[in-house]
Parts: sequence; C-alpha cells; structure tokens
Amino acid sequence: MTARADTIRGWGFAAPALVWTAAFFVVPFVVMAAMSLATLDGRTLIWGLHPDNYLELASKAYLARAIVVSLEITLTVTVVSVMLAYPLAWIIAFRIPPRWQRLALLLAILPFWTSYVVRSYAWLLVLARDGVVNQALLGIGLIDEPLTLANTRFATVTGFVHFFVMLLTLTIYANLVQLSPNYRKAAADLGANAFQTFRHVVLPLTLPGIMTGAFLTFVLCIGDYITPQILGGNTELTVPQVIMVQLGRRADFPLASALAVVLMGLVTLAYLVMSRWLRLDRL
Amino acid sequence: MTSKTAFCLLGSTALATLGSAAAAQDELNALVWCDHTDPALIEPFEEAHDVTVNLREYEGTGAALATLEQSRPGDWDVLVIDGIDVFRAIDAGILAPLPADELPTDDFFPEVVMEDNNSRDGEIYAVTEKFGYNTISYNSEAVDEADMQSLSTVWSEKYDGRISIYDYYLPVMGIAALAEGIDTAAIDADALGPIGDTLSAMRGRAASVAGVVAAQTALATGEVDIVVGGGEWLTAVLAEEQPALTWTIPEEGAVRWTQSIGVLADSEKPDLALEFVKYIVSPEGQARLATSSCFWGMPANAGAGEFLDDDQKARLRWDDQEDYLAATQLYPAPDTDLDIEMQDLWLNTLQQ
Repeated sequence: MTARADTIRGWGFAAPALVWTAAFFVVPFVVMAAMSLATLDGRTLIWGLHPDNYLELASKAYLARAIVVSLEITLTVTVVSVMLAYPLAWIIAFRIPPRWQRLALLLAILPFWTSYVVRSYAWLLVLARDGVVNQALLGIGLIDEPLTLANTRFATVTGFVHFFVMLLTLTIYANLVQLSPNYRKAAADLGANAFQTFRHVVLPLTLPGIMTGAFLTFVLCIGDYITPQILGGNTELTVPQVIMVQLGRRADFPLASALAVVLMGLVTLAYLVMSRWLRLDRL
Repeated sequence: MTSKTAFCLLGSTALATLGSAAAAQDELNALVWCDHTDPALIEPFEEAHDVTVNLREYEGTGAALATLEQSRPGDWDVLVIDGIDVFRAIDAGILAPLPADELPTDDFFPEVVMEDNNSRDGEIYAVTEKFGYNTISYNSEAVDEADMQSLSTVWSEKYDGRISIYDYYLPVMGIAALAEGIDTAAIDADALGPIGDTLSAMRGRAASVAGVVAAQTALATGEVDIVVGGGEWLTAVLAEEQPALTWTIPEEGAVRWTQSIGVLADSEKPDLALEFVKYIVSPEGQARLATSSCFWGMPANAGAGEFLDDDQKARLRWDDQEDYLAATQLYPAPDTDLDIEMQDLWLNTLQQ
C-alpha cells in the first residue's frame, strides 16, 4: 500500500472524530466568540467586532468579582477533593484485598447514581440549622447555637467536594493500580522508609493521575451552575450564575457569550499550567 | 420490486404522512409558566377539544423571547408572559390581536384588567390571567407578627440571619422602593440611590437570596423565618401542612405581580389557541389555574369564586382582595436602559 493510500485511510478513520469535533465544538465556539463581539440594541442583535462586552467585564465590579469567586471556589474544591480522594484511592488500591476492591470502588461511586440536583437539595437539608450536622454538634455539646452552614460558600464547596471526590478517586485509583509493586520494594531495599517511598517514588509516578483528575474537577467545577445556585444561597455569584442572569430576563447573549469565553480562557489557562503532568489517556 | 409492493409502500407512506399531519392538527404548543403544567388544568381542555397541549416551561421573559426567536414561525401557539413584559412582546411583534368581545374582562377584578398594559392602538394583545403579591411571608410561630406589619422592622437587627430574599430583582426592588416611600411606577435612575441603600440593608440581614423552591424549602425547614418578596404563591401550597407559614401586606404596601396570556402572531392554529386562552380565563379554568400544584395565585376573573371551595378561598384570602388591591402597586416595569441599571444594582448588591 502506498504512503498516499495510508494517508487517505488515516484521514478516513479520523474523519468521524474531526467532523464530530468541528460540529459540536469548533463551530459552536466560533459562533459564541462572534456573539461575544456583538451588541444588543433593544432586541436587535448587531454583529460586528465590538469590544463592549469585554469592557463591561472590566467596568462592572460584580462581573470581575464573579470571576474571582469562581476561581476561589474551584481551586478550593480541587485541592480539598485531591486531599480526600488520594488516601481513599490508596486504601482501595493497596489496603483492600483485590477481591473486595471492585465492591469498594462501587461503594465509593454510589452517590453518582443519584440525581445531581436531588443530591444538592439533600445537602441543603443536611446543613440546615436543624439539619443532621447541627443537631449532632449540638447533641455532643460542641456548640450552643446552630451554625449557619447552608447557603454559604462552605455549603457550595461541600456539595462539590462530595461529587468530585468520587471522580478523583477513580482517576487516582486507575493510576495507582498501574504502579508496579517493584518500585516500592526497590525503594525499601534502598533504605527508604514508607514516607520517603511515597514522597520520592509513588507520588511523582501517580502525579499524572492526580493532575488529570484535578483538571477534570477544575473544568466541571468552574462551569457548574446548579451547586452554587442551590447550596450557595446567592450569597455570592459565580460566573455561570451571572451568565444565567444575563440570559433569564434580558436574553443578553452577547454579554453571556463574553463571560463564557472568559470561562473558556480560565480553563485553557488551567490546562496550560497542568499540561506538563496531564495524561488524559489514563482516564 | 413489484408494482404491487411499490403501491403498498407508497400507500403506507401516504397514510403515515396524512396521519402525522392529522396528529399535528390536534396539537397546541404553549410556552408557559409552571402553573400551567398541572394536568388538572390542562386535561379538561384537551378532552373537550380532543387535542394534545404541549407545554414548555420557561423562566424569564428573555428566555421566552429567545426561544421564540430560535423557533420556526408557527412552532408556538400560545404564550404566557409576565404582565409587565407584555409591551416587550408587542414591540417584538410576536402577539396576535385578540377579539375583545370574546374575553370576559368585565368579570375581572378591575385593577388587573390592565387594558393599557395589554393593548396598543386599540387592539388587545394579551389578557391578564392570574395575579398575586410579592410581599412578606413569614413563620408566625417564630417572629413577632407586629414586626411584619412595617417594612421598617422586617429586616431589622432582630431578624439578622433569619431572612431570605426572593431571587428576582424587580419585585424586591419594588419593595425596597415602597420602604423608601417611592411608588413603583416612579422608579427612575435617580431613585436607584436610596433603593440601593435599602437593598444593601436588606441583603446585610439575609441568610440567602433564593428562588421559589429554595425559598419554600428555607421557610418550611426553619432555615429562615421570613421571605422578603414572598406571598400567597410561596406559602399557600405549604399552608395545609404548616399553617404557621403565612404572609401579610405591611403598612407601606407591597408589590403586585400579574401574568398574562396571548396568542402568538405566527400560530398556525389561531382559533384553537384562542379557545385555549378563553378556557384559561373562563371561571372554571381560572379556578384550576389559581390552585395549580406548582403555585397558587389569585384568578383575574372574579367569577372563578364560584368554582373554589371555602378552604381554597380562605387560603387565597378571597375576601381581603379589595383591601389588598388597594394597598399594592404593580411591580416595576422599567425600559431597557433602566432595566440594565436595576439589574446591575441588584447584582452588585448580591456580590457585596
């Protein structure tokens, strides 16, 4: 077979993926980017290269604040989720007998089976003034008055962490079980203690799995509308919430698109920062 | 392929096409608020006219207008819209004139006929179907009811952290205006200063700013004891199980909301769409709409009273409507520029 035929066959195999990506990513993104440079005159959309919507991001404090709030929540959720998911994945991979690992994984991801919205409302009830958490703390005498937990950033972060710990556990577990036990044995033979083995051998080798899971957490968290809307009580607004406000009453698609482009920019930035360690093929 | 097989295939294709066309004739597509999705409201119309009413809920007039713009002409037949936004729909040319003599507006509560709002150049484009109040909902067992009779004591230090604010800037800013002694119809750019100060004070005392379900949940679970912007639409569905959840109109007044219904200009079934509108504003339809499982509200047509039982009337406070209508003002209906300023002020306040 000639090289030309190989090339044609290669393109043939790649074509469905390319068409899919073009149809469902490239074209919508180009339309969104073009929309972000349009303006509204009443209900009339005026296409063009107007920077107005991006200038509004700089001039309106609540828009800039929404970006800061989104980043703060997303980074907190990502770090906390990694710190909780790694030990859980470690225990499942190395401390639970292989025949029970599948069941342990199943239990770890069981909450995935419930509706995302229902789970968020459930957290709202758990964190309420007369919810389980406050009742438990009052019961054991740690507090005298119920704490304000629902409708706060803490509630938003809790709802997110509950979801993303499951996701991260899977990606980190997949990385850990691929790690040959010989690495740890070799480190021990060379005199490393358990912490040194973890610090200098296991952690660097599992970093791609951690970063892949962390990147996914970042992407999904920063674009999420439901969790902050239900659990945050609108005490502060994230970028997706502000986008929804622009669409809800005024249908201001240009400004909403500009905000969405900014979100895409933040995700791209996160990708560039983490790309050194990302191994999306480990998913 | 034999000619007989081809004939059968053509015949079945033709029948299928005719069948789908016939099915399409028997459908009505309506863009509505959630109270219209109650089967108890829709099924009687479907049975009486042998049609299927396809309903799509939306939130926010902007979302509805965007849906219509992105649809093909004729896709939608009926639109339910916030009463104050009828002018936007008329401006956009999406509503068809309605025959005034076929609408029972003479039987309506006069304050909600809103002829100026629903018509232009002598043509009626929409008709009010339901109304209610954005005011103060509260738990009577957890607050001093006397405090709820004045806006000056609702968001006071006494209730710090015990308040939720309804997450819609127009009625809440209307309430803030009333607290400042400003009529809702008089809100302009200059009034936004004092309104903003009041909003900040309100926001400072609030535990949350919540949508319908979240506000109901917060009040029902005791997370908060007061909902600013609440009303019968918030507490009526909870009243049976939790009678302590109630609402009042304070001495400064409150804000009145209305929703209207109209036929879309591009509808391919204008007669059927008009029949649907007439059903909704008929006394029977109005009684069912008023007590919809999604949210309760007063029917625009006073004749609905004949189809509501005493308990339903008590929960709607039927006998107090004359006083309530006198004490309330339609919520703000800003033009585009003022709307942007109001929304910016609202979002800035939320982000404080």
